[in-house]
Amino acid sequence: MTVTTGDREVLTARSLVKSYGNSPALRGVSLSAGRGDVLAITGPSGSGKSTLLLCLAGILRPDAGEIRFAGRRIDTESESVRSALRRREFGVLFQFGQLVPEMTAAENVALPLLLSGVRRREAATAARVWLDRFGVADLADQRPPQMSGGQAQRVAVARALVTEPEVLFADEPTGALDTLAGEQVLGQLTRVARESGTTVLLVTHDAQVAAYADREIVIRDGVVDGVVDSAGTAVGQHRPHS
Amino acid sequence: MSVGHALLGLLADGQRHGYDLKQQYELRFPAAKPLAAAQIYATLERLLRDGLVVAGVTERVGGPDRTLFAVTDFGRAELDRWLAEVELPSEYVANLLAMKVTLALLVADQDVAADFLRRQRVAHLARMREYTGVKTDPSTDVLRVVAADYAINHIDADVRWIETTLQRISRLTKEIHP
Ligand SMILES: Nc1ncnc2c1ncn2[C@@H]1O[C@H](COP(=O)(O)OP(=O)(O)OP(=O)(O)O)[C@@H](O)[C@H]1O
Ligand SMILES: [Mg+2]
Repeated sequence: MTVTTGDREVLTARSLVKSYGNSPALRGVSLSAGRGDVLAITGPSGSGKSTLLLCLAGILRPDAGEIRFAGRRIDTESESVRSALRRREFGVLFQFGQLVPEMTAAENVALPLLLSGVRRREAATAARVWLDRFGVADLADQRPPQMSGGQAQRVAVARALVTEPEVLFADEPTGALDTLAGEQVLGQLTRVARESGTTVLLVTHDAQVAAYADREIVIRDGVVDGVVDSAGTAVGQHRPHS
Repeated sequence: MSVGHALLGLLADGQRHGYDLKQQYELRFPAAKPLAAAQIYATLERLLRDGLVVAGVTERVGGPDRTLFAVTDFGRAELDRWLAEVELPSEYVANLLAMKVTLALLVADQDVAADFLRRQRVAHLARMREYTGVKTDPSTDVLRVVAADYAINHIDADVRWIETTLQRISRLTKEIHP
């Protein structure tokens, strides 16, 4: 992977603030992710991880602060621009429930391509390739209710990556899986992402999952409590404990 | 006497000499600290004395003389007994990390204790990342994956404890400094 310094930063957030009603979930979060980075966002339950991810993915609009994707400010864009961005440049993956139960695995994976205007035959071919990449090609004609959690999640990963997004947002993607199934999903996901230069933001409260990332951002009470790089060096601020 | 039992186990499929045992030990237990030759010979002496192994012929293949050892029926029975025996879970009462947190609260304050816990978590996570790298490398054999799993899960237990303790730190501080 060759990257020039200028476009290494894919996603940056500055001083994000987000409240639900009167209760603040994010109280000034800044971070940046480079092309091909696998970044873990960890922290205790209720610390604001999911809220942060939803803001970064353009699903929630922050109350204050700014978000830039490839240098361009996106948090102030119109809803239609943001949804186009989500379709073309972003992939999202949640703990479960993202597959359309009435569609086969192959149809589920092809769907994001069809929505962005790719021809049916091409989309079907790509879907098979991505199912194969995650070791679930033999499930192509099955529907989600007939799959195990681990199988369905691998189909969901294939679906999240089929458009070859710049950034993959994953919120506890292996939260419902046992250790071995989770390991397969994470191992394949991070390998494929690193090969294709996809940036991955991986929200988890599980250190074993965070250990797949190159870098970790710890959120506590809606603020960044620390940033740890791959060498295990704390590179970020530690706010004084109150 | 787990080294003794390990050697009995490695002899179970046929006789070996001391140096061969040392290599087998490193091959089969990649995560264990390698044994010094002296330790292997001292252990073999003890196994001999207790009738768990017998010394057979002495080979010479180019290098020095090497005595072959074989496990006796008595040794095999002892090995089987030991393998079937459930190990007592460690008591973990003398946890060094917990002790440091308490002492930090006694001699300093909550910030010092919390800062220690955060830095300890960073160090633990860095080690976990290393093992995860080993585990996800397609060229790693299953024996090493299994050893990495063991390490990762034990480090993870500490990390969970660190996180919980960070969440309890104000209450702990109040208890120590009412
Ligand atoms: N839709 C919502 N409406 C109201 N409050 C919300 C909503 N979503 C989250 N919150 C609140 O915002 C805070 C941050 O929640 P968030 O879901 O981002 O945490 P999290 O770190 O993802 O937690 P978990 O690890 O439990 O998933 C919490 O106090 C939560 O109660
Ligand atoms: Mg969440």
